[in-house]
Amino acid sequence: MPRPANQPNVRVVTLKIDDLDLSAREDETIIEVCRENKIPIPSLCYLDGLSTWGACRLCVVELEGQNRLTAACSTRVAEGMQIHTNTERLQRYRRTIIELLFAERSHICSVCVSNGHCELQSLAQRCGVDHVRVPYRQAAYPVDSSHEMFRLDHNRCVLCTRCVRVCDEIEGAHTWDVMGRGSDCRVITDLALPWGESETCTGCGKCVQVCPTGALVKQGTSVGEMVKDQHFLPILARRRHAR
Amino acid sequence: MHLEDLAEKAAEFRAEEAAIQREVRVCMAASCQSSGSLAVMDALKDACGDGNGTCHVKGVGCMGLCSAGPLVAVADKDCGLDASLLYRDVTPNDAPDIMGSVCGAPVERLRCPTDQPFFARQHKIVLENSGIIDPDSFKNYVAAGGYAGMVRALSEMTPADVLREVTTSGLRGRGGGGYPTGLKWSTVAKMPAGQKYVICNADEGDPGAFMDRAVLESDPHRVLEGMAIAAYAIGANKGYIYVRAEYPLAVERLQTALRKAKRAGFLGNKIADTQFNFEIEIRLGAGAFVCGEETALMASIEGLRGQPRPRPPYPAESGLWGCPTLINNVETFANIAPIVREGGDWFASIGTERSKGTKVFALAGKIHNTGLIEVPMGTKLRDIIEIIGGGIPDDKSFKAVQTGGPSGGCIPDRHLDIPVDYDSLKTLGTMMGSGGMIVMDETSCMVDVARYFMEFCMTESCGKCIPCRTGTWQMHSLLDRIAKSQGTQADLALLEELCEVVQATSLCGLGQTAPNPVLSTLRYFRDEYEEKLQLPTS
Repeated sequence: MPRPANQPNVRVVTLKIDDLDLSAREDETIIEVCRENKIPIPSLCYLDGLSTWGACRLCVVELEGQNRLTAACSTRVAEGMQIHTNTERLQRYRRTIIELLFAERSHICSVCVSNGHCELQSLAQRCGVDHVRVPYRQAAYPVDSSHEMFRLDHNRCVLCTRCVRVCDEIEGAHTWDVMGRGSDCRVITDLALPWGESETCTGCGKCVQVCPTGALVKQGTSVGEMVKDQHFLPILARRRHAR
Repeated sequence: MHLEDLAEKAAEFRAEEAAIQREVRVCMAASCQSSGSLAVMDALKDACGDGNGTCHVKGVGCMGLCSAGPLVAVADKDCGLDASLLYRDVTPNDAPDIMGSVCGAPVERLRCPTDQPFFARQHKIVLENSGIIDPDSFKNYVAAGGYAGMVRALSEMTPADVLREVTTSGLRGRGGGGYPTGLKWSTVAKMPAGQKYVICNADEGDPGAFMDRAVLESDPHRVLEGMAIAAYAIGANKGYIYVRAEYPLAVERLQTALRKAKRAGFLGNKIADTQFNFEIEIRLGAGAFVCGEETALMASIEGLRGQPRPRPPYPAESGLWGCPTLINNVETFANIAPIVREGGDWFASIGTERSKGTKVFALAGKIHNTGLIEVPMGTKLRDIIEIIGGGIPDDKSFKAVQTGGPSGGCIPDRHLDIPVDYDSLKTLGTMMGSGGMIVMDETSCMVDVARYFMEFCMTESCGKCIPCRTGTWQMHSLLDRIAKSQGTQADLALLEELCEVVQATSLCGLGQTAPNPVLSTLRYFRDEYEEKLQLPTS
């Protein structure tokens, strides 16, 4: 979350990230310090400007002297911390998590409107996921096209809840929420009404902009949706001829 | 109010029952009720008649040996009220015989000897009143020495004294993790004064575990007393009991206990005529296992979706509605009153070096004496199963015991001689958990066991973090393939790799421990997995 620029009484600490000596304000999280210093840490649910969710587990890092892994997004820095962000073990875990995501729903890039602009896709490329070793779940989910401007495709959703948080925290509408358990969780509008019938949705489109994948998109952007309209031609031609 | 006033009150309540010559106690806990103890109680009441006030039939809490229910205990004054006779498998037709029998000549065909190891080897602290007092009776609890711990704390001790006693006792959290209770309490106590909360976690959800249910059904006031002492020690004035809605009887008895304690001035404002105020509210869980995880539980109390959040901040620092919050399990709170009453040193003298006191276990599965037991920490697992539990029925041989529910693991015969405490169980790849013990005989397939627990974790995963949400699904489908003899060596390798990732990266305890049943069965029964693998066709 953004915080006031000048906070009094905030101490500065020094720490080591991947053998780089760095300084940071003690109220910063590890991921914020890494972003500041251009140290790449993969993440999916984390988005600057929204509250911390801590669910994708891609930003886990190793802290020296601690057995358990730590999520960089939800851990504040401390004096003398020694952090490793990219060990062989972490790379392996991250690859597996991304593979698990790909296998959970239908993430077929070649027929996705977000192909080439998808955070999941680029994460997979950066983390070196070249194939998925776990079996695909092959569960089909509905697509909600009831909204006049936007569309929700559950098959592309990674349940990062960025839409839920931006709608609640920034737009203040709290149209979105999550229902269900486990892999059958779904993001829903209002009390699981079709999006188009939602009374709380302001149609601001913030959810669409923060969605990392092709789950929330603008209408008219998917394959085959380009409809040509040539009615103008005879009308224009007639008018020009008349003049 | 001072201890003397309370003792006076207790003596008064005891005197009210002085005329009773014969007390017939019928187990009214959920398991005996399910085998028909309500009808038995009615029949006994009919057979007793008015009895000129010398005969009294009362419903009590769990007596432990659930497999022999309905249980009825008869205490005759002529023979000494303490030496009660226990009858097993009682039906309503047996009521006239039981009431007709005289002291010294019991109904032999129904007798359940109380000198058998199942009873003799137990050491009851948490369950000291269980099966003796009427859980719905405030007077019974006070007559049995109840609320003495709270009154002692309020009238004779400072909050720091209470903290010291709890720390000295060496009590560790009974919910499974084994975090030192004194340390947890003093952390919350050290937070700046202001709104603080006490939460009792009664969202017991492990398959095969029913310790908390029995405590709540048998002696609810003890939990309230423990919570009030905790609130006094940490400076809280509001408490919540988060109990699952699947325990309707426990909820009902808690509500009765709350109402009666409040009416007696032992809860609410100016408790026991001191300046201490403490309210308790009951919140019902809606059936999600993950709500036993403390941060998810607190979210659920707040009215949010029951999902865990990253820690730190721990509840001690920022818990319910951002306030410092103390959260303990039912059994932990049930240990508090005796500790304050008898002193921390007394408690610390029981148990082992690093695990003090006693532990309640729920014995279930392929074992003669299923039911509830309480033994000192450090009791050998073999003693619990073979002596107290009476061994395996039907001449089958023992295979494994599962402790710790879906977060725990299976222990094979060769490790049965370890003492039961937090640390020994951890070295065996399992955990104490809340205290469920499921015994399995030679007919159980360990791959099936692992698959069952994985299915449980899969359906109970909240869906927030990716490793738990999709990892449990993947592991379950791999286990399913192996169990159906369709798996390959590669599936097994993938399963082990997923176990590692889910364990290391999941957000909360549910995901982090979900692979444990798989890992422990792989550790001790790997051959069973390999037998089921398909040979690669050449």
